[in-house]
Amino acid sequence: MAAIQSLLHRDRLWTFHGGIHVPDEKALSNSRPVEVMPLPTRLVIPLQQHIGATARPVVTVGERVLKGQLLAQAEGYVSACIHASSSGTLVAIEPHPVPHPSGLSALCAVIETDGEDAWTELPEPMTHYGQLDVAEIRERIRWAGVVGLGGASFPTSVKLNPGPDQRIRTLIINGAECEPYITCDDLLMRERAGDILAGARIMHHLLGDPRILIGIEDNKPEAFEAMRFALAETDMKGYTEIRSIPTLYPSGGEKQLIRILTGEEVPTHAIPARIGIVCQNVGSAAAVADAVLEGRPLISRVVTVTGRAIAEPRNLEVRIGTPVSDLIAHCGGYRERPRKLVCGGPMMGFEIAHPEIPVTKPANCVLALTEAETPDAGPALACIRCGRCAEVCPAKLLPQQLYWHARAKDLDRVQDYNLFDCIECGCCAQVCPSHIPLVQYYRYAKNEVWAREEEKRKAELARMRHEAKQVRLERQERERKARLRRKKESLEAGPEKGQTDQEAKKAAIEAAKQRAAAKKAAAAKAEETNDA
Amino acid sequence: MTNTLVSSPHGARPNRVDRVMQEVLLALVPGVLAMIWFFGWGVLINIALAVAVAVAAEAAVMSMRRRPIAPAIGDYSAVVTAVLFAISVPPTLPWWMTLLGTLFAIVLVKQLYGGIGYNPFNPAMAAYVFLLVSYPVAMTTWLAPDMLTAHALSFTESMRLIFTGGLPNGIAWDAISAATPLDAMRGKLDQGMLIEEIRLSPLWGDFGGRGWEWVANGFLLGGVYLLWRRIITWHIPVSMLAALAVAAGVFWLVDPTTHPFPAFHLFSGAAILGAFFIATDPVSACTTKTGQLIFGASIGLVVFAIRTWGGYPDAVAFAVLLMNIAAPTIDHYTQPRVFGHSGNRANP
Ligand code: SF4
Ligand code: SF4
Repeated sequence: MAAIQSLLHRDRLWTFHGGIHVPDEKALSNSRPVEVMPLPTRLVIPLQQHIGATARPVVTVGERVLKGQLLAQAEGYVSACIHASSSGTLVAIEPHPVPHPSGLSALCAVIETDGEDAWTELPEPMTHYGQLDVAEIRERIRWAGVVGLGGASFPTSVKLNPGPDQRIRTLIINGAECEPYITCDDLLMRERAGDILAGARIMHHLLGDPRILIGIEDNKPEAFEAMRFALAETDMKGYTEIRSIPTLYPSGGEKQLIRILTGEEVPTHAIPARIGIVCQNVGSAAAVADAVLEGRPLISRVVTVTGRAIAEPRNLEVRIGTPVSDLIAHCGGYRERPRKLVCGGPMMGFEIAHPEIPVTKPANCVLALTEAETPDAGPALACIRCGRCAEVCPAKLLPQQLYWHARAKDLDRVQDYNLFDCIECGCCAQVCPSHIPLVQYYRYAKNEVWAREEEKRKAELARMRHEAKQVRLERQERERKARLRRKKESLEAGPEKGQTDQEAKKAAIEAAKQRAAAKKAAAAKAEETNDA
Repeated sequence: MTNTLVSSPHGARPNRVDRVMQEVLLALVPGVLAMIWFFGWGVLINIALAVAVAVAAEAAVMSMRRRPIAPAIGDYSAVVTAVLFAISVPPTLPWWMTLLGTLFAIVLVKQLYGGIGYNPFNPAMAAYVFLLVSYPVAMTTWLAPDMLTAHALSFTESMRLIFTGGLPNGIAWDAISAATPLDAMRGKLDQGMLIEEIRLSPLWGDFGGRGWEWVANGFLLGGVYLLWRRIITWHIPVSMLAALAVAAGVFWLVDPTTHPFPAFHLFSGAAILGAFFIATDPVSACTTKTGQLIFGASIGLVVFAIRTWGGYPDAVAFAVLLMNIAAPTIDHYTQPRVFGHSGNRANP
């Protein structure tokens, strides 16, 4: 019976609410094989290319570094290691503009390359990983600095460690690539399908043998075929399925893809592991294979350089730290003056102020858009409450209401309307006939809420500190009085002194014991909050 | 430079308010043409007058509020309001009433609430009701459909009638006017006549009022166009017409001698126009899908109730305004379940 059911459900796909069809611009860049970018003279490697804490530099300025050498060690649990992407001299560790929506600068290691491109000594390949302890394999992935390469850049090793009480039933490999224009995953699947599967197999091992579902949007038939062909060569067929899913933005969103492939909804504010699912991007899978099977850290990635302002759009294998301007130059420069330079896709990417910023691990696309591709939307008009935004929202929110309340700075109401379920996919803004920059309002409101929480947290801390101080002062006062009293009593009753002394000692020991216990408890608690 | 960075999405945005409004205007064409065909030039004169007044009023208010004028007029929303209002009033309405109604719609109902997007009531319908209670006679004096009248008014005669109140020589009002089908039905039922007898009157066509049914067909065609172009969704029109038809059907089944059959309800008055073009006005309607179903169905039921037991022959305007009041509340209680939430309502 179960077999029949699984047969019936084999190719079943689900849908999510909303979503939009965006004009497909993938043909601009998907017709040529991935080309390896030549070595730049200077690499600017940010020390934070991931969600979590900035990595701690372990090299000194002036030192000669080798390709693949560790530059910065992951600091804390949610963090990722950073490696040199070529050999040369480390000339500085200083703030540089980095690809970030805020346009801010961050700490970067700057390497003057020496052109030798000499590798450092790499760790032994773990081809026999099936016999190794999972913790050891995970440590290797952590060392290699693998993060989610689909744009979210969450450290992969953390995602592959869901905890002992979390049984993972499904591993999803995300090859949806739903943003228009972007084709790096498409090309990666066509060219490195075997490595992607090998990486998936390693993750499958780490996660306790879940089934593997690979989702690919049906506008990438070559990638689908390549993956299917590669799968047929492996021993993974028993537990792996590749599914072609309809092209609909944002199918590649983690929660949307999970819904499409399994019919399950990830509960709000929870990670997919809560429902037994882990989702990894195809690029991350290939990087895991490199790390485990070849001992190679993540020092390059495929980047789509496209947009109609680019003379020859294409996909490049780029070392992390290469300036974006080099990529554009390598693609023949501009065909026409771009109106906008975007890091990421047109739907969720962010505009970058100037092309001197370096390529980072999550940077999947550099997009130079012409006037025609990104015309000035004109001033936003009043919301006519047409409701189109709600029709397309994949999170089933009411974007219009969110907008009203965000605009009115009514932070409680925006949260009542589930602001934090918004994935900032931009569908609502895309269809809004009044051209209201809706996502901008949501980002603003989220920041405001975070700022307010931070305020609250600080105020709460201050209050607690104040109360603790109050208690301490009172206790000291009491103790002082008690001491005085005892002194007086002992003076009055001289002969019994010895006995009282003993009692006082006992009390003091008891008190010390209690203090120690309290300290221990507090420390345990602090650890818990840190973990969370 | 950093300050000018704009949030995603970065692509061209295909939709625009002015295009939406243009599509609505386009969709109105078949119904309006049918109206002109059956009820004469007065329809066109009313539309021209109302549009001119509406655009002028919008421009005047915007300049008074020190806001840019061009975008406000360029969005065509005032034109849509004006046209909807103009085709709701009798084709021979004195010019100053049309002017008054249009001013009421644009200045009071729309702009005093803050302009497009802020008005809780449908401006065209509020103006219609305002005139109906102020000038009930003028507002219920309709021309007879073209084929039933002894004298079809020419363009100049229509102009004269509208602007001076003068009728052509030797023609009396009685010769060219007629009660609307709904009005006639009400009157004759009140006199104790049965549906069968009433239906013998030449005012009756195949399934609605003579002429009226074709006007309704024209608006139906436009409505289908709007659905096809995805300017509106089916929820409000279908639920409104279905509720009206079901309510009418039940009473008709119970007593067919004193209750007209459902198609009559749908095709004799403003039901079709109201369902596709008026109740769907996004600004004043419900926004959630469930809310829209409730909103539409309620309008249908209220229309039936007022037509059957109320003081006015047609009731679309009243019903829409009534439900405009309820729309925010309905929205509040019909929020969709947010993705990943197990509870039913998003809002506590
Ligand atoms: S799409 Fe734009 S105009 Fe329409 S309801 Fe949403 S925010 Fe308002
Ligand atoms: S950006 Fe947020 S509100 Fe808008 S459609 Fe996406 S999830 Fe919904």
